[in-house]
Amino acid sequence: MVYPYLTGLVAGAFILASLVKVFNVEEVRPTYRLSLLTALAFLLIAPLPLQLHLGHPLRSYEIFLTPNPTSAMAMFGFVYLWYLMGVLVLELWFEYRRDLIVWSREERFPMSLVHRALSLFSTDTSDAAVAFDRKAIQVITVIGIPSAFLLHGYVGFIFGSVKANPWWGSVLMPIVFLMSAIVSGIALVMFLYMVLTPLRGEPIDMRCLDKLASYLFYAVIVDFSLEALDFIHRLYQSEESIHILGTLIASKLFMSLLVIQIFLGMLLPVGIMIAVRLFSVTAELRKLFYFTAIILIQLGIFATRWNVVIGGQLFSKSFRGLTTYKMEVVGIEGLITALVLLALPFGVLLVLLKVFPPWRRAAA
Amino acid sequence: MDKREFLKSLVVFIPAGGVIASLAKQAGAKAPEPAYQAKNHYYGMGIEIDKCIGCNRCVEACKLENDVPQEPFFFRTWVERYTIKKDKSVVVQTVGLRKGKAREIVEQEDVLRSFFVPKLCNHCANPPCVQVCPVDATWSTEDGAVLVDKNRCIGCRYCIQACPYGARYLHPKTKTADKCTFCYHRVVRGLLPACVEVCPTQARIFGDLKSQASRLVRFERLNKIHVLKPDLNTQPKVYYAGLDGEVR
Repeated sequence: MVYPYLTGLVAGAFILASLVKVFNVEEVRPTYRLSLLTALAFLLIAPLPLQLHLGHPLRSYEIFLTPNPTSAMAMFGFVYLWYLMGVLVLELWFEYRRDLIVWSREERFPMSLVHRALSLFSTDTSDAAVAFDRKAIQVITVIGIPSAFLLHGYVGFIFGSVKANPWWGSVLMPIVFLMSAIVSGIALVMFLYMVLTPLRGEPIDMRCLDKLASYLFYAVIVDFSLEALDFIHRLYQSEESIHILGTLIASKLFMSLLVIQIFLGMLLPVGIMIAVRLFSVTAELRKLFYFTAIILIQLGIFATRWNVVIGGQLFSKSFRGLTTYKMEVVGIEGLITALVLLALPFGVLLVLLKVFPPWRRAAA
Repeated sequence: MDKREFLKSLVVFIPAGGVIASLAKQAGAKAPEPAYQAKNHYYGMGIEIDKCIGCNRCVEACKLENDVPQEPFFFRTWVERYTIKKDKSVVVQTVGLRKGKAREIVEQEDVLRSFFVPKLCNHCANPPCVQVCPVDATWSTEDGAVLVDKNRCIGCRYCIQACPYGARYLHPKTKTADKCTFCYHRVVRGLLPACVEVCPTQARIFGDLKSQASRLVRFERLNKIHVLKPDLNTQPKVYYAGLDGEVR
């Protein structure tokens, strides 16, 4: 359950980063590098919950060595690898290459070596080389957007293609996953930007923040519409499973779906953002409103994943009754592990921010 | 070892290897044809609802035969009691589950009809579990069984989610997916699955769909047959006679 949440954040953060490079949205440039690093930090930790869930974690490499071509899960391993190695790491390298070289020349021992190694010992900082870097980033981003869509859309497909489960089996699932990924990714980068910038004693760029907020607003609207469509479609078709799903929503998922996901995680933040647009609010107040909205949205998306993953396992396969989910506190799949897994990417991000400071541009 | 020495020993080694290989081949050729030919069989099971008395002996036999954990909730086969009340509401309970929350007791006068439904892996001809397994640890045999290789399964549980019949569980000891095998180890020796062997009313009929003389073919000829969740196109090979429309 932690896994789809984490990959969602990855895909969302990357798509946000792509806006700068592909669509030349200048306003969000301050978050470009931060988004890429966020995506990498979360992507590195994302497989960990999956690994812990396996009965035989030491056999997991078999997914790559002897994959079953008809298995959505097996093929996903390659989508993940492609995205990590072919897109994210490559783009980061080209983006930072010149800076790494310049930094390593200025620095003293441990860091100079780290940066030199990370630049793969390249030394060319000529204009032609930098121009090539830019060109490469452009190409990677163009390939990266569909890859990011594929990454999280595919997570949706893994659930959506399970015909045995009426709560999961829906063609809309990949798109719903993707949109909610974009929502959560933008909200996360906004959160990090709003926390990290004041910590470094720098002013928050309100143009950037407003732009991010407007993207977030549209993404939430699209996400909400898709989920509403899915819901209405099920209700209107009123198939056999509607009884058990109705009972599920009215009882076990009441709190997490209706209250947290829909009311607190969608309607309330959308209301806040509409209010911000309607009434001209001061910058300080806007920050406060945005911050509240992104926290709520993050909570809402987490609840969305919960409702899909746990919700899908709360009724019997004969559709004749609900089962219970008892969360462990300790243990390999318990609450504490989940909290650690959710905190780990931030730790990784901290390290990445130290090694690749996104705000430090090397002098020309 | 220098180059010369190495080449010398190679001269001896290669012919020696050839001799050993040919000997091994001859030894292999002497092995008799295996008596059991998978391609000549295609298995399925028939279940006559009206004959099941819910004694649960099939479940007990299965657990003993296949090392299924004794605790409830781990089953390769189980029996459900369906009670359809006069208000048309349906109560489903697994026979033999005594622990847990108080089970709903339906008063005699509220019962419209009641019956037992033995369930197990349907050994589907189009199995979703096989489709989704990321490492090919579960597969369809030529003779129509769906099996799991516990030395290969990584315990991801995707097959458990993909099975529309809830026929799979994660074995707490092996940490791999486990399910009914039609007692494959018995069947290839010409024996019946344990559940079929012990059924006192012969509610379960096991047979070979490729053999006209099989009891299963006779069962299919004499009964109106239904399978579970046919709309999912899994093409189950567990056939029910007298199945109620309320059963899922």
